[in-house]
Amino acid sequence: MVKRAGILVAVAALLWPLAASAAAGGYPLQEAGTDVGNLASLQRGARNFVNYCLGCHSAEYMRYSQVAEDLALTEFELRESLMFTTSRIYDGMLTSMPAVQARIWFGNTPPDLSLIARSRGVDYVYTFMKSFYEDPSRPTGANNAVLANTVMPHVLAGLQGGQQPRYETTTTRDGRQIQHLAGLDPGAPGEMSAAEFDGFVRDTATFLEYVSEPAKAQRRSLGVWVVLYLLMFMALAYFLKKEYWKDVK
Amino acid sequence: MSGEIDRGRRQLLTVATSVAGAVGVAFAAAPFLASWKPSARAKALGAPVEIDISKLEPGAMLKVEWRGKPVWVVRRTPAMIATLGTIDDLLADPGSKQSKQPEYAKNHSRAVNAEYFVVLGVCTHLGCAPMSRFDPGDAELGADWPGGFYCPCHGSKFDLSGRVYKGVPAPTNLEVPSYAFADAGHIVIGMDHQGVA
Amino acid sequence: MAGNEAAPGATGKLAALGAWIDERFPMTKLWKEHVAEYYAPKNFNFWYYFGSLALFVLVLQIFTGIFLTMSYKPSAAEAFGSVEYIMRDVEWGWLIRYLHSTGASAFFIVVYLHMFRALLYGSHRKPRELLWLFGMLIYLVLMAAAFTGYLLPWGNMSYWGAQVIVSLFGAFPWIGDALVEWIRGDYFISDITLNRFFALHVVALPLVLIFLVVAHILALHEVGSNNPDGIEIKKTKGPDGIPLDGIPFHPYYTVKDIYGIGGFLVLFAAAVFFAPEMGGLFLEAANFEPANPLLTPEHIAPVWYFTPYYAMLRAVPAFAGTQVWGVLVMFAAILLLFFVPWLDRAPVKSIRYRGPIYKVALLLFAAAFIMLGYCGLQPAAQPYTALSVIGTVYYFAFLVLMPWYTRIDSHKPEPSRVKW
Repeated sequence: MVKRAGILVAVAALLWPLAASAAAGGYPLQEAGTDVGNLASLQRGARNFVNYCLGCHSAEYMRYSQVAEDLALTEFELRESLMFTTSRIYDGMLTSMPAVQARIWFGNTPPDLSLIARSRGVDYVYTFMKSFYEDPSRPTGANNAVLANTVMPHVLAGLQGGQQPRYETTTTRDGRQIQHLAGLDPGAPGEMSAAEFDGFVRDTATFLEYVSEPAKAQRRSLGVWVVLYLLMFMALAYFLKKEYWKDVK
Repeated sequence: MSGEIDRGRRQLLTVATSVAGAVGVAFAAAPFLASWKPSARAKALGAPVEIDISKLEPGAMLKVEWRGKPVWVVRRTPAMIATLGTIDDLLADPGSKQSKQPEYAKNHSRAVNAEYFVVLGVCTHLGCAPMSRFDPGDAELGADWPGGFYCPCHGSKFDLSGRVYKGVPAPTNLEVPSYAFADAGHIVIGMDHQGVA
Repeated sequence: MAGNEAAPGATGKLAALGAWIDERFPMTKLWKEHVAEYYAPKNFNFWYYFGSLALFVLVLQIFTGIFLTMSYKPSAAEAFGSVEYIMRDVEWGWLIRYLHSTGASAFFIVVYLHMFRALLYGSHRKPRELLWLFGMLIYLVLMAAAFTGYLLPWGNMSYWGAQVIVSLFGAFPWIGDALVEWIRGDYFISDITLNRFFALHVVALPLVLIFLVVAHILALHEVGSNNPDGIEIKKTKGPDGIPLDGIPFHPYYTVKDIYGIGGFLVLFAAAVFFAPEMGGLFLEAANFEPANPLLTPEHIAPVWYFTPYYAMLRAVPAFAGTQVWGVLVMFAAILLLFFVPWLDRAPVKSIRYRGPIYKVALLLFAAAFIMLGYCGLQPAAQPYTALSVIGTVYYFAFLVLMPWYTRIDSHKPEPSRVKW
């Protein structure tokens, strides 16, 4: 009875990590559905990042040479499609926008994105890119449902089109009415359809997930072999133990 | 429950588990040993260096750093090139058989293009930086000094292709790194048609 | 093992070498005393794996730690970047890092289970009180090692976690502020603090830990191991002086512990290769941002193995204008554990022969500890605060009332020989 209860306690202890929180400061995050093993998605995402993000954001810990190696790009392909600044192939992906200028223009330095997918989560990054909406009260004319009052402009507006906020009024327990952002509705269309834009953001999020941990794909594939080997070793060791313990009466 | 100890089975299992374990330990040790190899940062910092030789005057020398070592590019004059091969009997390794250089630098000029001499400025004795003494008939080195390099630390002498004289402390010719011409006015040190050094 | 493949002469030479060493160093004597002729009870069960596993993880941490130190830079300016350097630029650096970070959590899982085993079978009771004390000291040093180690990546959670915990010491009256400044070596958690935590984590604490582990094992071998029945096997010896219920550690427990390590490694490797962050429990998300003194993470929590005590700290409100009571309760919780050998007054050692009071009490103690840990991870809000209070009260009741309920509890007669 004690043993059974003990096992229950142990199982409860092991399952508790699953009670992790989901939403970021209130706005529900959408599932990014990324796959860092998908080479084509990574290549598209790399191109998206270089064309739309690198103008302001750096990814200082990500070397171009590493991107070429992991995304199966030749040096020529790398230089042609991904290297527009004066960086050399072994350099990290640095933005050409000086940090001081950025502070003056935006009020804040655009953060380095090397680890954003690990510090905020891929779902956050994905939802953030999709959640800009029109807000005339902001200096950039846009706001973001995931990061309220961000100073980042709606860089992808041309592709996504505009979005309009949809507010809902709820009554609190002490009778006050508060408005909160319930969702976003499509506004004026952009170059891409909703599905195309979704794919665009997903690819970019996939690339950022890769950037935050380049060894991830290798880690997982190697892990399969390591665990299989260890299971085999454990079985061998078990038979060895059983054989010797025949002695013990 | 009680029976004879099957020594054969016991030994088999022990050997099998030990071998499996040893294989596992070897695979586990490999990443740690590999972590000592030059990291991506070391490779980045030791990356090939491109230099602009378009403004180099005949008889002049350019210095650049590559992988922490000085690399010299000398634009040899026709007179300097003419002296190459004339003093082979004074040299310890005229054919560069014991010295370090890429295949394309095993000739007399020890260079891809005789006009531009690329060499590591590190004396093969104990690592000092030799001095350039390109003028023939140098006061210190004698009237028949055809021009070359002279190491002040222990007196080693090298000709205008970095080949070491007999009877000096340095054992081999100055090392020539791998290099290639990116175009007529640029040389890349540390990389040639075979890839990065 | 070694003599099998060689020519007959080689075995003779090997024996001669052994004799030469034995004349100058107690090699065979130590081997016999502590391994080949150390008689351990034959009825060790699952709970007895965790001692050797703890030793294994210690060696793993030291080995991977040494390799990390080869590339890590202990300065505020370079630390965060050097960890990313290890993760990306150093060949296999990512694996060495994950082994060490997962190893830290594995260490505490193994140690907590190891400690629980002691409470189950009375391994803390006479004549093993000193063994328990060495173990408690190891636990303390381990917590210090984990705390100093966590600052080293210089992430935002590293910074703020250290900030909060070091500030706790400021709660002490009169000496508080000076104490905090002395620990930090500066007016705030700075490069100076980082460098000294580095020295402690990499040199001082591992040396102390190794010394304590050796002492722990020597103390164990002096009196002999306990067992799930809680009886002393040395009381029943055969004509050759060997305990009837004892078996030599080698080969029986060497072979069993190798199997134990194999099983442990399967779970460990699964974590390292498939879930090194473990949902933010082993590597916290906020720590992937560099330390920022101007921006506190939304939610500061210590790493999971400290959260039970953190919950206790937060459960105690301020009285008489000071927060020091929570700090004292937290320290008391750990200090009380040192006294367990003297608090436990049951006439038998093992839970197998104790009455229902201890069985229920111990089970609830484990559940309370886990519940406190869970609450410590959550923000300081209801219902977690209420649950933390309940958990803390129970924790202290379990220990403080132990002399009473262990005496009034019923018990079954202990057998003279182990159950096999």
